[in-house]
Amino acid sequence: MTAQKPLFSQVPISPCVDKVGVEERVARFQTRSIKGASKLQGLSMVLSMIDLTTLEGKDTPNKVKQMCYKAAHLHDAYAGLPTVAAVCVYPSMVPIAKEALKDSTIKIASVSTAFPSGQAPFDVKKMDTKFAIEAGADEIDMVISRGKFLAGEHAFVFDEIAAIKEICGTKRLKVILETGELATLDQVRHASDIAIHAGADFIKTSTGKIQPAATMQVTYTMLMAIRDHFDRTGKMVGMKPAGGISTSKLALHNLVMVNEILGEAWLSNEWFRFGASSLANDVLMQYMKQVTGKYQSADYFTLD
Amino acid sequence: MKTEDTNKWEYAPSLEGTKHIQLKEKYDLFIDGKWVKPNADRYFASINPANEEKLADIAWASESDVDLAVKAARRAYVDVWSKMKASDRAKYIFRIARLMQERAREFAVIETLDGGKPIRESRDIDVPLACNHFFYYAGWADKLQDAFPNRSVESLGVAGQIIPWNFPLLMAAWKIAPALAAGNTVVLKPAETTSLTALKLAEIIEESGLPPGVVNIVTGHGDTGAAIVNHPDIDKIAFTGSTAVGKLIQKATAGTRKKVSLELGGKSANIVLEDAPMDQAVEGIVNGIFFNQGHVCCAGSRLYVQESVADELVRKLKQRMQSLYVGNPLDKNTDIGAINSKEQLETIEKYVQIGIKEGAEMFQVECEVPTKGFYCRPTIFTNVAQSSVIAQEEIFGPVLTIQTFRTIDEVIQKANNSPYGLAAGVWTDKGSRIFNLTSKLRAGVVWANTYNKFDPASPFGGYKESGFGREGGLHGLEAYLK
Repeated sequence: MTAQKPLFSQVPISPCVDKVGVEERVARFQTRSIKGASKLQGLSMVLSMIDLTTLEGKDTPNKVKQMCYKAAHLHDAYAGLPTVAAVCVYPSMVPIAKEALKDSTIKIASVSTAFPSGQAPFDVKKMDTKFAIEAGADEIDMVISRGKFLAGEHAFVFDEIAAIKEICGTKRLKVILETGELATLDQVRHASDIAIHAGADFIKTSTGKIQPAATMQVTYTMLMAIRDHFDRTGKMVGMKPAGGISTSKLALHNLVMVNEILGEAWLSNEWFRFGASSLANDVLMQYMKQVTGKYQSADYFTLD
Repeated sequence: MKTEDTNKWEYAPSLEGTKHIQLKEKYDLFIDGKWVKPNADRYFASINPANEEKLADIAWASESDVDLAVKAARRAYVDVWSKMKASDRAKYIFRIARLMQERAREFAVIETLDGGKPIRESRDIDVPLACNHFFYYAGWADKLQDAFPNRSVESLGVAGQIIPWNFPLLMAAWKIAPALAAGNTVVLKPAETTSLTALKLAEIIEESGLPPGVVNIVTGHGDTGAAIVNHPDIDKIAFTGSTAVGKLIQKATAGTRKKVSLELGGKSANIVLEDAPMDQAVEGIVNGIFFNQGHVCCAGSRLYVQESVADELVRKLKQRMQSLYVGNPLDKNTDIGAINSKEQLETIEKYVQIGIKEGAEMFQVECEVPTKGFYCRPTIFTNVAQSSVIAQEEIFGPVLTIQTFRTIDEVIQKANNSPYGLAAGVWTDKGSRIFNLTSKLRAGVVWANTYNKFDPASPFGGYKESGFGREGGLHGLEAYLK
C-alpha cells in the first residue's frame, strides 16, 4: 500500500471556538459521578495510559534506568496493577531506556525536533528524529514550530510534520502543539487540524515547559478536532494531554471528557495517553484507598 | 497493552440523599403568619413525577380562604409594612435570602422530588438564583428613591401572584422579592403540581419573623387562582404561566383598577449562522431546549440553521444528544429528568404525533427511561416548515423543530413570524451580525452565543402574546410601584 502524500491544501477550514462556551461545557464533565467500581476502573485506565516522563537537562542514565524500573513496577505491593503505557525521554536516553525495558511491553517514546522550542534548522530536526528511531524509539513526540505558526506560515508547519511522519514510517508520531504558546482556542483548533492532516497519529497539548499546559479547555478543543476528523474520514487519531495533570481527579475528568466526546473506542492507551511525571503516584494512592478503604502515607509509594 | 476487550466505562449512580429533608404529610394554608386549614377542608395530593409516589397532601384554598388571605395582606400593608422604615424592610428580605441559602440543599432536593427536574439544575441553578433574587431586591428596598429619581415612589398595596410549575421556587422569588422590596404585601399561589418549595419558603418566612400577613401562600388549583384574580381588594396581579390563562386574566381584570403583568408562553427562535462556533452552538441548542426538560417559557424551541451548515450541525446535535443522561432526577449524573406531570407528558406526546403526521422527520435518543414516572426522550424534528403546527405552538417539552434559512433577512422574518416574542438566541462569530439581529428580533431577551442565562439584575419579559411587564432588575421593581 502506498500512502498518499498529505497536502496542505486539504486541511479543512477550522471552525471558530467560543471560549466561554467551552468553559461551560468543560465544567459539566466535572460533575459526573465517579466512585466505587467506576472509580477503580477509571484509575486503572489512567495508570495504563501514562507516558511516564523525564525531560530534564539533568537527566542521567541512572535516573532514566530507575524511572524505567518504576514504569514496569508501579506498586508491587499490590498485584494486578497495569504498567504505564510508555516512558518518554530525550533521544540521547533512548538506548538506556530500550535496554532497561527490553523485557517489557512498555513503549519507548522519544521527544524530537529540537524539543522543547523547536527552534532548529529543519535538517537538525530530521536528524534528531532519525537518531531516536535508530536508537530504538517506538514513538516520536515532535514539537511544531510555534514561531512559524504564529507568523502565519501554516504551510511550513504542515510540511515539517509531514516530513517527520515520513521518517517515522510505522512508528507512531505524536505532535506537540505547545498550546500555552498558541494562546487562543481558535489557534489550538487550527494547529490541531494542521497536525492531524499532516499525518499525526496523536496530537499532544504541551511540552510541560510552558504554562498553562493541558487545561481541560484546550484538551476539549483538540478532542473536537479529532472527533470532526473521525466523522469526516473514519480515521482515529490519538490524544495526549501533557503537563499539569498531576491529580487523579483531573485525570478522571479528562477521561470523562474523552468518553463523552470520542466514545469508549478511545478509552485505551492505544488512543489516549497522559504525559506526566507525578500523576502515577497520586493515582496509586487513590487506587489503594479504593481497595483498602484507607489513605496510605506518600512514603509507601516509590519515587523514581 | 490493552487488557480488556471492551473499554466500556459506566459512571456510578449517585443519588442525592433525601433523609435530611423535612416534609410534613399534610400542608395547610399560610395566612396571616399562621398555618390554617382550608375552609372547605379539601386537600389534594402532590406526587413525585419521577416515580408517581405521593409526597404530601396540600390544602385546596377556596374563595373564602383567598378572601382571608387578602384581608390579612391588606391589614399587614396598612398597619405594618407600608409604615415600616425601608431599611428595616430590607433586613427582613436579606434574612429570608440567608435562611434560604442555609437550607439550599433541602430546597434543591424538594424541588427535584416535587417537580422532576434534575438535581444538578435545582442545586446549581434554581435555588442559588432564587436566593440571589432576594439578595438583589433586598439591596434596593431602601434605595427606591435613587432607583427612580424625580418622581414619588409609592407602593401599590396588595399583590396577587400566580406562578407556574416549571421553576417553582425561583418564580416565587421573582414575584415575592421585588414586591416586598417595593413595600407591597403578597398573596401567592404556587402551581398545583409543585406547591412544596413555596410552602417550605413559607416556613422560612415564618422563621424570619416577617410580620404576619406580609406574605401569604395559598395553594390550590385553577379556581384558587381565579379567586385571587377576581378579588376586588387586590391592587396588582402578577402572573407567569400559559398564554391561554393569561388571556383570561387580561379579560377578568379589564376595567378594574388592578395593575397587571403577565409573563406567558413562548416559541423562541435559536438562530445559528454559518460562521458560528459550531460545537458551542450545539451546546447552546441542547441547553436551550433540553434544560429543565424543555419546561422553560423561553426555551429555544425553534432552531433556525443556515442551510450551508445545516447537515453538519444536525449531525453534531444528534451525536451530542447521545451523551445526555435521561433518568432519575435525583441522580447527579442526570441531564434530563422527569416530565412534570402526566397531563404535560400527554400534551408533549400529542405534539410528537402531530409532528410525525405532518411529515416531519423525527429523531429521538435511543436510551432507556424508567418505566414508572413520566419521561420523554429528547426529540428533534427536521424537515419542518414555518406552517407546521409543531413549529408554531408551544410544546413545553424536550422537543425541538429545525428549519433552515438562506439569508439573514429571511431568518429575521421567520423568527419574528410568531404570535410569541419572549426570547431568541443568535450564534455567530461576527459582532456586527449580533448587533444587526438583536436590534431586529422582536423578543424580550436576545442571547448571543449563549442561551438560558439568567441574572436578578437583568429584566426578563416578552413581546406580543408572550406577555407584558418585566421581571428582574429595576424594571421588575417598577412593576410594583405606582
